[in-house]
Amino acid sequence: MTTPDARMVEEPTDPDVDLRVPAQRQRSWRAQAPIVAVVALGGGIGAAARYGAALLWPVAAGGFPWTTLWVNAVGCAVIGVLMVVITDVWAAHRLVRPFFGTGVLGGFTTFSTYAIDIQRLVDAGEARTGLAYLAATVLAALAAVWLAVAATRRVLTWRQR
Amino acid sequence: MNWLLVVVGGMVGAPLRYLTDRAVQRRHDTVFPWGTFTVNVAGCLVLGLVSGAVLAGAASSQVQLLIGTGFCGALTTYSTFSYETLRLAEDGAKFYAAANVVASVVAGLGAAFVGVTVAEALWA
Repeated sequence: MTTPDARMVEEPTDPDVDLRVPAQRQRSWRAQAPIVAVVALGGGIGAAARYGAALLWPVAAGGFPWTTLWVNAVGCAVIGVLMVVITDVWAAHRLVRPFFGTGVLGGFTTFSTYAIDIQRLVDAGEARTGLAYLAATVLAALAAVWLAVAATRRVLTWRQR
Repeated sequence: MNWLLVVVGGMVGAPLRYLTDRAVQRRHDTVFPWGTFTVNVAGCLVLGLVSGAVLAGAASSQVQLLIGTGFCGALTTYSTFSYETLRLAEDGAKFYAAANVVASVVAGLGAAFVGVTVAEALWA
């Protein structure tokens, strides 16, 4: 009896690229290298912008982390606009989304600082502020991306008429 | 110097997120965004370790900037997390959308707390 699991292991995960063939492995890397490079470049820019925001608007220990909340909300709004624009209207260069979406915005917004902010607030005995921040960030981020996507689509359909 | 540490950390964290996301998604035939979930939880764990080490005096503020602000900040993402959640909801996978939010927040917070606790046990 043949086990389906063994067959699945044998199958390449990406049917177009057989990573066991050295030439194909190389080609896959050659295609990925520019993407990885622009993601790195964008990530450096996004992280620097987030650090700059933290320096401009410092938050007192035990205080509500407004700066990280705004950084995340703004990043979510911008990715909403970007994704509608590059999927619906603009035949963007293949490196635009990796650079701006994955790199800059991914590097700008942060999930780890969000979690550690909550941990610090709870640790400092400010569990109520931590809980409020937990919920406010989720709501702000989801509202931002949803509103940005809806608004951008509306503007685009209005312009096409 | 501080800026350089953040930028270098970000330039490593962001491409590692991209490569991890690709590696994880091609192994899962599902609509659930396991790739983003994985990097977010892993980043929370590492940042917890770094924060605990800094609190215990075992790591410098330079380490905090390089690994914490730069690397972990760029490895994890809120924009992709919320966009993927919106896409799930729009595609009718409302259960997965809600599960993504709850699981990411719970697992991320849990990883951050575990990281800090382990770091304190190691270095405090």
